[in-house]
Amino acid sequence: MARPRTPLVALVSATALIAVAGCGAADMTQQSSPFANARGARTVTLSVQSWVGAQANVAVAQYLLEHELGYRVDTVQIDEVPAWDALSQGRVDAILEDWGHPDQEARYVSDKKTISPGGELGVTGHIGWFVPTYFAKEHPDVTDWRNLNKYADRFRTAESGGKGQLLDGSPSYVTNDKALVQNLGLDYQVVFSGSEAAQITQIKQFAKEKKPFLSYWYKPQWLFAKVPMTEVRLPAYEDGCDADAKKVACAYPRTPLKKYLNARFAHDSGKAARFLKNFSWGTEDQNKVALMIADQKLSPQDAAKKWVDENEQEWRAWIPR
Amino acid sequence: MTATATTARFTAFGSSGTAGSLVRHRTGLLLAAAVALLVLGTFLVGGGAWPGDLTVDLTGPLGGVSDWIIDNRDTHPLFLYFFGHISNGVVLSVRGVYLVLLAAGWAGVTAAAGLIAWRVAGIGLALSAVVAFLFCGLLGMWVPTMQTLALMVVAVLVSVVVGALLGLAAGLSDRVFRVLRPVLDTMQVMPAFAYLLPVVLVFGIGVPAAVLATVVYAAPPMARLTALGLRDADPGVMEAAASLGATGRQRLLTARLPLARKELLLGLNQTIMMALSMAVIASVIGAGGLGDRVYQALASVDVGAALAAGIPIVLLAVVLDRVTGAAGDGIGSAPRTGTARPGWAVAAAGTVIVAVVARLAAGTAWPDGRTVAIAEPVNRAVGWMTGHLYSGVPVIGGTADWAGRFTTWVLDPVRDGLQWLPWWAVLLLIAVLAMLIGTWRTTVTAVLAMAAIGVLGVWDPALDTLSQVLAGVAVTLVAGFAVGIASSRSERVERLLRPVLDVFQTMPQFVYLIPVVALFGVGRAPAVAAAVIYALPAVVRITTQGLNGVDPVAMESSRSLGATGVQQLLKVQLPLARPALLLAVNQGVVLVLAVVVIGGLVGGGALGYAAVFGLAQGDLATGLVAGAAIVLLGLMLDRVTQPTRRHSGKGA
Repeated sequence: MARPRTPLVALVSATALIAVAGCGAADMTQQSSPFANARGARTVTLSVQSWVGAQANVAVAQYLLEHELGYRVDTVQIDEVPAWDALSQGRVDAILEDWGHPDQEARYVSDKKTISPGGELGVTGHIGWFVPTYFAKEHPDVTDWRNLNKYADRFRTAESGGKGQLLDGSPSYVTNDKALVQNLGLDYQVVFSGSEAAQITQIKQFAKEKKPFLSYWYKPQWLFAKVPMTEVRLPAYEDGCDADAKKVACAYPRTPLKKYLNARFAHDSGKAARFLKNFSWGTEDQNKVALMIADQKLSPQDAAKKWVDENEQEWRAWIPR
Repeated sequence: MTATATTARFTAFGSSGTAGSLVRHRTGLLLAAAVALLVLGTFLVGGGAWPGDLTVDLTGPLGGVSDWIIDNRDTHPLFLYFFGHISNGVVLSVRGVYLVLLAAGWAGVTAAAGLIAWRVAGIGLALSAVVAFLFCGLLGMWVPTMQTLALMVVAVLVSVVVGALLGLAAGLSDRVFRVLRPVLDTMQVMPAFAYLLPVVLVFGIGVPAAVLATVVYAAPPMARLTALGLRDADPGVMEAAASLGATGRQRLLTARLPLARKELLLGLNQTIMMALSMAVIASVIGAGGLGDRVYQALASVDVGAALAAGIPIVLLAVVLDRVTGAAGDGIGSAPRTGTARPGWAVAAAGTVIVAVVARLAAGTAWPDGRTVAIAEPVNRAVGWMTGHLYSGVPVIGGTADWAGRFTTWVLDPVRDGLQWLPWWAVLLLIAVLAMLIGTWRTTVTAVLAMAAIGVLGVWDPALDTLSQVLAGVAVTLVAGFAVGIASSRSERVERLLRPVLDVFQTMPQFVYLIPVVALFGVGRAPAVAAAVIYALPAVVRITTQGLNGVDPVAMESSRSLGATGVQQLLKVQLPLARPALLLAVNQGVVLVLAVVVIGGLVGGGALGYAAVFGLAQGDLATGLVAGAAIVLLGLMLDRVTQPTRRHSGKGA
């Protein structure tokens, strides 16, 4: 019984040897997708994050890259932190909407220099706590955090135990909500819906019944056009008040959203990279496209085409000569 | 997966007559001892959750590992000369297959699929294969389908090679078999999400990581079935071969392997199914293709679009399953060697001709206008359903009310009860259960697994997850046994059910994520619902198979004694099908647990959320500990519900 194993062992070790010594070093910073550049086309790979705003950026960039500059565009959906990682390895070429990741920025942009900044997207992001406007109109004082405990009963669900429910979203979001609830002495339970899709679906169900709810949410976001929501004032944000994650007791900052490119791509790829650096639009534009995708269920390409057809002078400026 | 797969699995585990009588003797004794210990312990040891002193915090070391890998990934020889080449090899092979598929064009690929199916499985399946591929194109999913197919081809090939080598070693050497079995057992209960994070850390986001994660997931059934096939070779034939003076290698090649062909093909079938079910999960780490389309559709809360990308996966799965299944069945029937070669030549020539003609006539890309949009009607249907069922249904109440009641009256008490119990009482409970059902070995494994969860510092979330799993399994078993009994009693029900079960088993779990939230709101209730949907088909199938497999003589004799249908079911069929029913319980547990992470995406919280969080934030400490805890929980549940020695592939 032992005999047949000998050639097997030999084969395995030979393969391992060839793999280790036979060829030269593999370049781990140049790992493109196997689906890229098929049929002789130049390909740009863009990362899409799970929210629709990010899809809108990518859809418009993709449309223009394909129709104005003659590239083929691949998109890959990944969360932000893994996207930084993928960007540094060249698996994707660009992130178009980053909500601020100082650790990653220090590691990849300053230290390793595998990622280079691509400028601002032109959209400012803001995270906050929101209640539906129909509820805020009935109870105007709910929009101050000091009065939230008074309404805890109204926000209770089966999931929140005896407390009020603060609906939180995807695990990829930046959030201090657990600390906030504790440090502000609120009688609330943070319920993580686990994905943006689940959170939106739940908010829509609440809104359909005109039920009160309190949710972590962010702007710009297309859902505001379908379910009007009013922000709850938290203690004002000051620089550094969120430095210690355990002691946070203030609102979220306003973040100008940024673009990042793979350093080698930014350096080599000429027009595509220059175009992506020029790409910069406003909240209103992004929401228009996002709403077409998420609510009117247009495909991202169709939504992008519609926007591109209507806003020529805006995007003309992005096309490199 | 199919009937063929399950039947073979039944032959794969032995019955345990002696163990049964032993169990009955021990039961009373064990229960009495447990109660006594519990009462004593409450006085002596006290209660509470897992003690803080007995935990190990891995945040520091795991964070260090993660930083080291990221800092050295571009420079360290281990990556440059080893992982880098593996990664490049995978990318090159997937790219090669993808380019061939693109070059063949939609017509060529469809023709090849049809002709291969015709050679292997006959004209009927050939037609279904052609229709399936055309449908993928019609849905506007041709390119993603080809990307997924390219990835699958490579992943399945690697899995088959790795699995067959492991299986060969285990089949030929008893020592390897003994070492390998617990490893494969553990891999079988490991939910796929648990390996994504470490693989991503080493290989980065993208196709290589996806392929390797798929191989880890899909190779075990191949290894298991290869070993099984080799070990079960007919001793008479082996004796004959030996007496003819065949050497070891000759015996292997001319007798053992050919005799094991059926198991090998079954292994291939299982491996393909597992790989396909991984296609979507791997999209979370950037695999691209159909899975990515499902995942992206989810982001815009678009069930219709997710379904449009999910259907090709189901179609691929059903076609591949039927074709490989038919290949397995065909073995041992009429020998085909005489006609095989010309047939294959015709198939190859046909493919080339179709591909070339279509290319000259219309090009290789799927014609743009020729697609049907199913997204909108599906979304309208889902909207209507959730709009009308969510709440305010007269008398029975809406689904949201049910979910609320289920959470308050079932999930909360079970969770609070488990978390309230002193930690040592939980261990004791598990030990008693494992002793009653299994052996001392399974008891030790189960208790150690649970204790390890405590040591990892995730005792409370693990018990939360456990409560959801228990509730999910209970619902699954009640529904699964009921449907299984119905379909074993009526052939028409079974026929109607088969495609439905196929769809539910192969439909990517992400597709029903939004509908369950829309029906049951965010929380643990939709997590349980998703788990039930996923686990139900396997339980129904195994139950039906088990009941149908009851010895017809026993059925006949009971009928001649004047038993009514109900009596027959209760007194003869169910007791005789006990091993099958127990296997259904075990599979129900394992499958429900596999959806825990999906539950994390709809508000299930606990370990599932932590695993997703780890992946989303690149937080190895949180993600890996949660993944390990899910694995340990699976190990414990598997051992506690494992009455007979069982070797089966993951899933059913």
